[in-house]
Amino acid sequence: MMLTAGLWASVIRIATPLIFATLGELICERAGVLNLGIEGIMTIGAMAGWIWVYQGGELWGGVVFVAIVGMIFGFLHSILVVYLGLSQHVSGIGITLLASSISYYAYTMLIPFSTTPPKIVPFSAFEVPVLSSIPIIGEAFFNQSALTYLSYILVIVTFYVLYKMPIGLTIRMAGENPVANEAQGINVLLIRTGAVMVGSALMAIGGAFLTMSAFDAFYFGMINGRGWICIALVIFASWKPGKAFLGAILFALFEALQIRAQLIGADVIPYQIFSMMPYFLSIVAMMLVARRAAYPKALLVPFRQGDRI
Amino acid sequence: MRLKTRRDAPVWLIALLPILSIGVAFIIGAFFIIWAGESPITAYIALIKGSLGSTFAITESLARATPLIFTGLAAAVAFRAKFWNIGAEGQLYCGAMAATLVGTGVIDLPAPIMIPMLFIAGALAGCLILLVPVVLKTHMKVDEVVTTLLLNFVILLFVNMLLEGPWKDPMAMGWPQAARIIDNGVLPTIVAKSRLHLGIIIALVMSVVMWAILRFTVWGYEIRAVGYNQQASTFFGISINKSVLMVALFSGGLAGMAGVSEVAGLKGYLTLTLSPGFGYTGIAVAMLAQLHPIGVIVSAVFLASIYVGADAMSRTVNIPNYIADILVAISLLSVLVGAMLTRFRIVWGK
Repeated sequence: MMLTAGLWASVIRIATPLIFATLGELICERAGVLNLGIEGIMTIGAMAGWIWVYQGGELWGGVVFVAIVGMIFGFLHSILVVYLGLSQHVSGIGITLLASSISYYAYTMLIPFSTTPPKIVPFSAFEVPVLSSIPIIGEAFFNQSALTYLSYILVIVTFYVLYKMPIGLTIRMAGENPVANEAQGINVLLIRTGAVMVGSALMAIGGAFLTMSAFDAFYFGMINGRGWICIALVIFASWKPGKAFLGAILFALFEALQIRAQLIGADVIPYQIFSMMPYFLSIVAMMLVARRAAYPKALLVPFRQGDRI
Repeated sequence: MRLKTRRDAPVWLIALLPILSIGVAFIIGAFFIIWAGESPITAYIALIKGSLGSTFAITESLARATPLIFTGLAAAVAFRAKFWNIGAEGQLYCGAMAATLVGTGVIDLPAPIMIPMLFIAGALAGCLILLVPVVLKTHMKVDEVVTTLLLNFVILLFVNMLLEGPWKDPMAMGWPQAARIIDNGVLPTIVAKSRLHLGIIIALVMSVVMWAILRFTVWGYEIRAVGYNQQASTFFGISINKSVLMVALFSGGLAGMAGVSEVAGLKGYLTLTLSPGFGYTGIAVAMLAQLHPIGVIVSAVFLASIYVGADAMSRTVNIPNYIADILVAISLLSVLVGAMLTRFRIVWGK
């Protein structure tokens, strides 16, 4: 029962938002910027995508809208921490507070007095021909919604851009040794801003997956710490896109097993114990890798143009 | 664009900064009110009336400020040493659990002993839970941001488990809440016919104590030194690990006391709705106060009146009370920018 295709299909569903958001955070951190706005940006992504479709918009139009909303908050974070060099921790928490309060404000304003949250028609599962006929793996990986396939593609694209293209080298340099970037005449501030905006767009889409694919409604507190878990996943993945993908799948596997164990063990062990497991697991994962975690060297360090170190 | 260090920041500007930031928040917040189809002026008048318009409103604002002073101090102390404790929310609930454990009838002592005991228990609980991220940081180099944040969720689930299980009060008509704090443990109200309780006095005392500790003691000096420059501190023989441990004791303890104050003062019992994010708002409080313990009192009262006012406003004007969270978040971001502008000048061009 434990390793059926059904289990794996739910693993992939749980993993998809984490893949998007972990990639997003990874891109930000690779450029030297910690983005603690992640939790709030995921929340507003979930809300914005849902509202878009609820008010009659196209699903894919919604994804574009969500990406733009994410970019706006990424841009705000960049102004504060890249250009003004403010504390990345405090600014990120501020962005999270702002984005989630705007989400709840807008939702309550647009959908007042509803007892049951109204629903939309979300992305439906789409079977990839040929690939989906592979036993177990095919059913699990290739009978999912289009957003999930987008997340697979993004893992490959992020890897390719970061490691095989000149712009990727520039981004990684902005997080390791921005002075060397500047010596080449590259505008570090612009590179960091771009990375944070793209990263934030991915986080927002990750949030939107929850309302536009996994579920069909928006709930308060629906992100429920997923953003913070992605911060841990980035460290666990040692800032590598492929490992981030595997980390998200591994985490989702535990999450799916935990949910099943809740159903079986409910009479003996309170369900809350199982629900705590994902958070514990993230902490344990951080303990395992912390000592040899190779943080980007310029992470958290503001860069001032013309500074000589 | 680049930043040039400025040496001549006028003191009045630094003092005015929090007020300017809240002003900026109100201006930006006006657009959200217009979005909701209401007039910002009517809305803000309702907000101010609701938070300061009557004796009752003022006592409500001060009652709301009480936990924010504690969590604001918790954030201020930790952030001074650049220890990013974002887990005040969880530590608050630990304090509340400790108060419930000790204060619901296991022991019954006269109030002058009982009340301090509840606060000590709560502070201890807050300290102990924060020790986990601290030890992970000092011994295993695990980033404290993620661990403190994730522990918030674990602790809330734990409280949930207790309230649905062993601690569920059978007298509560099925609501998930714990038994009431016994009479000797309840913090007396200090203004008749209001919810303003002894907790605020304790919060004020703690602010002064924290200010004195940071200003006059070696501990305080070490905490501040580690925050300014870790390398220099190590060079002068200050143990970083010891200072971080110190910070944890103060920061976790203060957040725990916030929980005690809410359980034994405002609510009378532990519920899952004890804190609408006081731990996170504490960060905004601390930043608005520019991490100064006495300033925390002022900014906590300011932000508390925004929350109380927004609740009142949402009853009269058709605006969701989440506007308060928006205003607080914008104040937080603008005070960051403002504080930077007092230290640097922006120079355009090369």
